[in-house]
Amino acid sequence: MSGRVRAGAFGPAQLGNGRNDRLLAVAAWTVPVLVGGVFGWLLFDLLRHGLGGLSWTFLTTAPEAAGRAGGIGPVLFSTLLILAVCLLAAVPVGMLTAVLLSGVVGRPPSQMRSTFLRSVRRSLDVLAGVPSIVFGLFGNAFFSIVLGMGFSILSGGLTLACMVLPIFIREAEEALRQVPAELRLSAAALGLSRTKTLTSILLPAALPGITVGLVLGIGRALAETAALIFTSGYVDRMPGSLLDSGRSLSIHIYDLSMNVAGGEPNAYATALVLVGLLLVINSAAASLSARWHRRG
Amino acid sequence: MARPADRVLSLASRVAAAASAVVVMLIALFVGWEAWPALRDVGSRFVTDSSWHPAAGTEAGTFGLLPMAAATGAAAAGVLVLATPAALLSAIFCRFYAPRPLAMIYRRLVELLAGVPSVVYGFWGLVVLVPLVRRLEPPGASLLTGILVLALMILPTVALTVDAAFGRAAEEHLAGGAALGLSRPTLIFEIVLPASRSGLATGLMLGAGRALGETMAVLMVCGNVVQIPDSLFDPVRTLTANIALEMAYATDHHRAALFVSGLVLLAAVSVLVLAAGRWGGVEPEMAS
Repeated sequence: MSGRVRAGAFGPAQLGNGRNDRLLAVAAWTVPVLVGGVFGWLLFDLLRHGLGGLSWTFLTTAPEAAGRAGGIGPVLFSTLLILAVCLLAAVPVGMLTAVLLSGVVGRPPSQMRSTFLRSVRRSLDVLAGVPSIVFGLFGNAFFSIVLGMGFSILSGGLTLACMVLPIFIREAEEALRQVPAELRLSAAALGLSRTKTLTSILLPAALPGITVGLVLGIGRALAETAALIFTSGYVDRMPGSLLDSGRSLSIHIYDLSMNVAGGEPNAYATALVLVGLLLVINSAAASLSARWHRRG
Repeated sequence: MARPADRVLSLASRVAAAASAVVVMLIALFVGWEAWPALRDVGSRFVTDSSWHPAAGTEAGTFGLLPMAAATGAAAAGVLVLATPAALLSAIFCRFYAPRPLAMIYRRLVELLAGVPSVVYGFWGLVVLVPLVRRLEPPGASLLTGILVLALMILPTVALTVDAAFGRAAEEHLAGGAALGLSRPTLIFEIVLPASRSGLATGLMLGAGRALGETMAVLMVCGNVVQIPDSLFDPVRTLTANIALEMAYATDHHRAALFVSGLVLLAAVSVLVLAAGRWGGVEPEMAS
């Protein structure tokens, strides 16, 4: 399954000789060294300049002087609200779509159904590639103006939900497909209804994979900036309701580094918070998915 | 078999799937709808006007998108020039040269790199790379800085796709090639690489799509001057950065013109994604 066939498998004498091989080895080692070096540089830079500004007070107090002083309390809170709206919208719709696409519930698709499924899949592929700034334009035109939500956490969260949908669906569909067919067939043989089979057998069995999709979606949503500038807006006060504008961590970093002279120290600290959150989330997804694949 | 709960489930899942599919159409529809007044009244001047001063209205203003489209294209091309060999070497490293544990660690590192937000790359580019490039040639915020940051951002996407394609090709052909007594470079370049061509094409197209559509990083490191770049050190403004910069105060036809550039981006990326899906679906044997 691994497909990782190495020199060792055939004996180094056979594969690893000659000048070309040594040249290629040197070239092949350069890229990981460079990539690792740059990643280390980025992390080191964030830690060196950001760690000093990080404290409990920074995480809980409001920004002052356009963010030059004070903390990121309301920004952190708005980010979580945007994320909550995004997940509440994306997960149910995405889950049901994944159930349909995976084909684990219901009859084998007819000609018409399979055409429908193919076009759903094609649309989701395109959706996954839509640039985030175009999501921003759409969210501004549709949620903020046509649906009258204005610059609000609701509008930003729903825009992000559209972005996260294809990522979550892909993982959830894959997770449902990986459930062994015997489970489904035994449930049918016992006379369980399709709904009961789904909720009591398929979903619990697919839960780790679905969680991976959820975590990847959260990562994508937290990292997003461009789609939020014109939907959830810039306001850095504590939001009173979902219809208030709220600034995300990512927008806070952008604003501090581009529009606020002297905002760099707090931009570093905020970037460190965001990258820290994302590293934890992505590592969780990676180890979950490793465990999930080992089990399957 | 048609129990009420099952009917509800079946109906709900079909409605949800239709809704998921409709999102992309809604996006095209609304971006197109907002762009329409400018398409109607400005039309071909998006291509023929040489400058960009849309705030003066349809009569007095100019609406040339070409300088920004050129900047977007130049950035994407530069990214592909850097990222293609890097991604290939990265996959060659993982599959043929790295000890197994190191390959695993490196793959994990690349995945982490893919998760770093674009605004953080942009910030890092702004405070670290821009001053470095400025030492070479001022002003520092330039096409080159943009290409460097973008290449770093795109590399994981391309590298992981190529790596997966190499894995499939190696599984099929490597034992046979080794049995023929071919050397490692010959195996890689004569057998594995041709067999993974479609995977490479898919990865490159997805990477190009991301490079065209990326906003924050280029907005922060490219300098945002509207001009057709003469050299790598010229500051440029991409289509995406232009939208982010001007949406806040754009009204009427200016706003509609920004939606036109959004429409152009949407069309370009859709073509790339659909082409990637088509090429990726072709069997390597048939492609040759």
